[in-house]
Amino acid sequence: MQETNLDQPKAANIWPLIGNFLVKWGTYLTIVVLVIFFTIMTYDKSFDMYPFIKTSNVIQILRSISIVTVIAIGITISLTINGLDLSVGSVASLADSLIISAFVWYEFGLLPAIVFALFGAVLVGLANAFLIVKLRIPDLLATLSMLFIIEGVAMTYTGGGSISEGMPNLDGTQTVGRLVPVFKELGLAPWIIIIMLVVVLVAHIFLNYTKHGRYLYVVGGNIEAARLSGIPVDKYRTLAYILAAFMSGLGGIMLAAKVGSSQINAGAGYLMPAVAAAYIGFSVGGSGKPNAIGTLTGAILMGVLDNGLVMMSVPYYSINIFKGAVLAIALATTYFKKK
Amino acid sequence: MTGIEISFPGVRALKGVDFEVKTGTIHALIGANGAGKSTLMKILAGVYDHYLGEIRIDGEVVEMRTPREAKKHGIEIVYQEVDTALVPYLSVAENIMLNILVNAMGGRQFVNWNEIHAAAKAILKRIGIKIDTHELAQNLSLAEKQMVLIARALAEERKFLVLDEPTAPLSNTETKELFRLMKDLAYNHNVGVIFISHRLPEIFEICEVVTILRDGRVVAEHKVNEINQKQIVELMLGHRFEETYPKQKVDIGDTLFEVNKLTTRGFEVEDINMVVKKGEIVGVAGLVGAGKTELSKAIFGAIPHKQGTLLLNGRVIQVKNPSQAVKRGFALVPEERRKEGVLVEEPVYTNLSAACLNVFTNSLSFIKNKLERNHAKRMIESLSIKTPSENQKVAYLSGGNQQKVAVGKWLSSNADLYIFDEPTKGVDVGAKHEIFELIGKLAAAGKGIIYVSCELPEILGITDRTYVMYDRKIVKELETAKTNEAEILFYSAGGI
Repeated sequence: MQETNLDQPKAANIWPLIGNFLVKWGTYLTIVVLVIFFTIMTYDKSFDMYPFIKTSNVIQILRSISIVTVIAIGITISLTINGLDLSVGSVASLADSLIISAFVWYEFGLLPAIVFALFGAVLVGLANAFLIVKLRIPDLLATLSMLFIIEGVAMTYTGGGSISEGMPNLDGTQTVGRLVPVFKELGLAPWIIIIMLVVVLVAHIFLNYTKHGRYLYVVGGNIEAARLSGIPVDKYRTLAYILAAFMSGLGGIMLAAKVGSSQINAGAGYLMPAVAAAYIGFSVGGSGKPNAIGTLTGAILMGVLDNGLVMMSVPYYSINIFKGAVLAIALATTYFKKK
Repeated sequence: MTGIEISFPGVRALKGVDFEVKTGTIHALIGANGAGKSTLMKILAGVYDHYLGEIRIDGEVVEMRTPREAKKHGIEIVYQEVDTALVPYLSVAENIMLNILVNAMGGRQFVNWNEIHAAAKAILKRIGIKIDTHELAQNLSLAEKQMVLIARALAEERKFLVLDEPTAPLSNTETKELFRLMKDLAYNHNVGVIFISHRLPEIFEICEVVTILRDGRVVAEHKVNEINQKQIVELMLGHRFEETYPKQKVDIGDTLFEVNKLTTRGFEVEDINMVVKKGEIVGVAGLVGAGKTELSKAIFGAIPHKQGTLLLNGRVIQVKNPSQAVKRGFALVPEERRKEGVLVEEPVYTNLSAACLNVFTNSLSFIKNKLERNHAKRMIESLSIKTPSENQKVAYLSGGNQQKVAVGKWLSSNADLYIFDEPTKGVDVGAKHEIFELIGKLAAAGKGIIYVSCELPEILGITDRTYVMYDRKIVKELETAKTNEAEILFYSAGGI
């Protein structure tokens, strides 16, 4: 009798701790569990190896998530000010078309082409900021409109088709422009992975260690208090949307480098995975806020899932079932406590 | 209502109130802040279920434990915050008929729109108001919203209608319209109207009987033609519990800040003239809704100006937004602490540096983490903020400590002019004292202080000079040493 009496309060004390631990590190735990699971499930008896954790496969996973991650960082920055930029996928498509056209149609060099594409992306960011900050359209609706507008702009610009080396111009004349070889390099490992890591690192430092990052969070946390603290609120909201568009543009450029041509609406598919990665990232390390490292973790989680399921020969049309389920579980660990 | 008593944790809000209203009259209920007017009316409306005492209607004892019971007995209350009672994206007709739509539908599953609109129109016509019943509630003016609520009250048979400070947000013509409606209800429809107001002239204009509450007790009941404004003010004040104020003697210097003929774009305040000298604590007194908060926000650039100039050290300055105000050396501790003053989701140290982050950044705008935290630790100590560490989320601090954080964030910004808007709201006595001391120290350091409060003892306790606001204007300037509560309250209530 005495023993049970002693045990009960102990048990009661341990559960919140475990819950807390799960909320903080649940995402990492999920990744670890998944990696172990996939490693075992894909064990190859005939060669006695674990193809899932081979270096080449790890690099493959990182390469596959690099574009999503960079775009998700854009979303993360828009989330810091309590906005959500839905136009990121379209902006990536636009930058993708712009940079390939710069090479193929206008025979630009590497740097001018990149500047050209990023400039286009930043213009969209400014337009977003104008709609949201000046015209006061709610962020979701404004960027949703922008999603359609920019999708249309990108397709109109390319004449409704894809652009690739050696294809004729819209008016039928032959193009002579080629992609710069260095540019194609950027789409391969290790460069594409390095770009991703640098973006995450820079975003992390910017958000956590500079005045501007702090202000972004303050504006997102309580816009009225921020305003009455003398923070130029509109300036920082504008900055956030410009940075979000810039990151999406960068993602589009990486996509162009990886594929080597510009396909119609190529960036659209990155919107939802990027949103998911950014939201999963909220809970990582218990920060409770949008943050760069968390976003990377979220993207890794989804990359591991994608890769593992393919290796287990789950049919491509069923993969999303598992992806969605794991996403729900990961988010449950974040929100379960907040009742 | 006889022998009504009610307690809340820590306070006995009502201590045996006897209150009687006849149908067909307009009855005023008046008292200083915290006297218990609203509490008494909420009991009548069935908001609280733990009151003691008896409520009788037509001589029969009734229970008023839920809003539903109150409604059943024909009592309706129109609260001050009209927006909480309206559904903004429903039409006027639906808002008027809401009680019936909710309670009297019976087994019917479908709404008969023609019927609803016809009924709503009939009610509006009965009280002589022209509002399109198809209009959405969110597009109405404040006065119209109030009319809609009154119309809702009349959608069912009502014996008593309580109006809790209905005139505060209304313009003169709108107030006249409301009064006409009140008279119509009382004299033509035999409704007992209970009218809560801070404004003395209104009471003399429209009411027949006035009941005066003080500290949870009825101190007097008179016919309005047997009493005058001065007597009412004296009865409202009575003798009060005296607090001590740590007012230090400070030499007052040159003029620091001046406001000339300031009017805001939305006419939140009109024609404001003010002077603040170095080392001076200038009070802004006035009742709730007089425009005090609006004035402090207008000075801080948070409400756009229509005309008028601000002068700092004799030079005209532009203050178009709070960001500019901070650059000029202004600091505002706003009234709505949790909504506007502190970042509740952020730790204490981020809050303490939010208004002066430049001090803690290097040339590349990187934050010097150690410096920031050390500063936070010093602030926590010097303001004696009770928190386990500088990493604690502000949400977990008590009201008084949150307020200290809200004040503390300005202390490093080196501001010259500090505006405090109701800084002691929801703050315990000990912390109050510390906040007063802090304000005294700022004055001693030669800063200019604008102290906005509806607590008259505080105004008298710590200010050097006081402006009294009534109906969006400054109506009187008083030397604190030569005035008293009665005089301030007299001008606050629109007395002339």
